[in-house]
Amino acid sequence: MLTVEGVSKRFGPTVAVQDLSFTVEQGEIFGLLGPNGAGKTTTLRLITGYMPPTTGRIKVAGFDVATAPLAVKQRLGYLPENPPLYPELTVREYLGFAASLKGLRRQGLVREVARVMEEAGVADVAGRLIGNLSRGYRQRVGLAQALLGSPELLVLDEPTVGLDPVQIAEMRRLIKELAAQHTVILSSHILPEVNQLCQRVLILNQGRIAAQGTPASLAAATGGRQLEVTVKGPVAEVAALLAALPGVRAVRQADGRPGQEPAATYFLELLPGEDVREELFFALAARGWPLLEMRRHQLSLEEVFLQLVTEEEPANGGGNPN
Amino acid sequence: MRGMWFVFCRELRSYLYSPLAYVVLAVFLAIGGYLFSVVLLATRLADLGAYFSNMGLILMFLVPILTMRLWAEEEQRGTAEFLLTAPVTVGQVLVGKYLAAAAIFLIGLGCTLLYALILARSGQPDWGAIWGGYLGFLLLGLAYLAVGLFASALTGSQMVAGLLGFGLLLGFWIIGWLAQALGGRVGEVAQFVTAVGHYEDFLKGVVDTQHLLYFGSFIGAFLLLAAECLKARHGS
Repeated sequence: MLTVEGVSKRFGPTVAVQDLSFTVEQGEIFGLLGPNGAGKTTTLRLITGYMPPTTGRIKVAGFDVATAPLAVKQRLGYLPENPPLYPELTVREYLGFAASLKGLRRQGLVREVARVMEEAGVADVAGRLIGNLSRGYRQRVGLAQALLGSPELLVLDEPTVGLDPVQIAEMRRLIKELAAQHTVILSSHILPEVNQLCQRVLILNQGRIAAQGTPASLAAATGGRQLEVTVKGPVAEVAALLAALPGVRAVRQADGRPGQEPAATYFLELLPGEDVREELFFALAARGWPLLEMRRHQLSLEEVFLQLVTEEEPANGGGNPN
Repeated sequence: MRGMWFVFCRELRSYLYSPLAYVVLAVFLAIGGYLFSVVLLATRLADLGAYFSNMGLILMFLVPILTMRLWAEEEQRGTAEFLLTAPVTVGQVLVGKYLAAAAIFLIGLGCTLLYALILARSGQPDWGAIWGGYLGFLLLGLAYLAVGLFASALTGSQMVAGLLGFGLLLGFWIIGWLAQALGGRVGEVAQFVTAVGHYEDFLKGVVDTQHLLYFGSFIGAFLLLAAECLKARHGS
C-alpha cells in the first residue's frame, strides 16, 4: 500500500529525516513512534505530498508521490497535527467543501458528508460554526474530513493529542474500526497508544529509524528480560553480588529507604538469551541471604523505546557518525 | 477546473462572513464618494478622469488589505496542509482565490456605476472617456489583486503579506518617475513597466491593445509567480 525508499528531508543544514525505508501493507495499522522533533510529522507530510523529499521515493498504492501527485492525493485522507479547519464555516459547509475538492458531487456528496459525520461522531454539531467547537470536536471534524471518499490510505498525525481521556478512548476505538476498510498510518508519542493500536511500529529518533517491527518483537529483540528479586540482606553487598552474576547487564535498586527494611527489591537487566535464576538462587543461598521473591518481566514497548532513544543520543552527540 | 470553482465559492463565503471585505468596501466607497463629490463641485464637469486618477492611488492602499489573507491565512491556520494534499492543483487553488478577491472588487466597482448615472442625469458626459475609465480601473484593480496574491503567497504572515503587497504596488507606481528623471532607453522601459502610464490612457478614452496586453500579461505573470512560489515551497 505504501512504500518509502531511502527518503531523506533536509531543511537547509538541518536534517529532519534521514534514509527512511519502510513499507505498510494493506489493512495494517502502522505506527510512527518517537519523541518530539524525531521527524514524525515530516515523514507524514512527505507521504501526503505536502512537501517533496530531498532524496528518495514514496509510492502510495503503486503511484509515485513525486510524479503522480493527484493520483496519490485521491487515494489518501490526511489529518494533520492541527486539524485544518475554517472557523467561519459550519461543520457541514466545511465537509461539503472538502468533499467537493475530493471530487464528490450532488447526491453522493450529501450522502458521504452524512456518513463521515456519523462515523466521526460530529453529526450533532453539523450546523455549528467550527470556530465555536471544542478541541475534541475539532479533532473529530478533522478526522471526518480525512474519511471523506473512503480513501485507501489514512494518514493521521497525532490523532489523540488534545483530547480528554474519554475522547481518547473513543478515538482509539474508531481508529481500530477504520482499519477494517482502510490502511492506517499514524504517529504518536504516546507508547501505550501505539502498543494497543498498531500491528507494526517504527521508532524514529532524531530523524532515523531506531527500530521497527511488531510491538512484541521489538520488546523481545531489544530488551530481553528483566528480573525483579527481593532479597533480605545488606543492600550494598547484595547489589554487588547480583551485578557480578554472569548474564546480568545492570542492577538497579527499587525505590525504597535502604536501612529501614531488612529486605530490598532489585531489578536485574539481563543480556538477551540469558537465564540467571538458578545461579542467582545458589549464590544467595551460599551467602545465607534469603530470596523472598523473584519475578520475570518482559520489557514493555515503553522501556524499549526509552532504551533505544537514550542509547542513540551519545552516538549522535559525539559528532556526525556518517 | 471544478476544483477552482469550489475554492472560489469557499473563499467568497469567507470574505462575506468576515468584516474585512465590508470594511474595505466601505472605505473604498466613502473615500470614492468624497472624491467624486469634491471633484464634481469644484470643476462642474461631467467627467470621471480626476476621480479614477485619484482612486488609482487609493486602490494601492486597499488592495493589499483585501488580498493579504488570501494565502498567508491558509498557512497560519494550517489549512494550507489540507489544500495542498487535496486532489487539486496549486493553480486551481490560486486562481479560485484570485477570482474571489476579484469578485469583491467588482462589487465595489459596481457600486460606483452610480456616479456614471448621476453624470448622465446632470450633464452630457463623454461616454468614451467614462467607459474607458471604468475599463482601465477594472484592469488596474485586477492587476493589483494579482500582485497582492503573489505577496500573500510569499509568507505565512498576513501583516508581512500586506506590507509587501503595498511596497510592490508603490514600486510599480513610482518606477514611472524614472521616465522623467532619466529619459532615453531606461526611461522608455520604466514608462512601459509602470502601471500608471497604461492606466492613464484609458482615462482619456483610449483603449489600446498594447495596454490590454500589458495588463493581461501583468496579471498572468503575478499569478504564475504566486504558483511557482508555492510549488517551490511545497513541491508538487
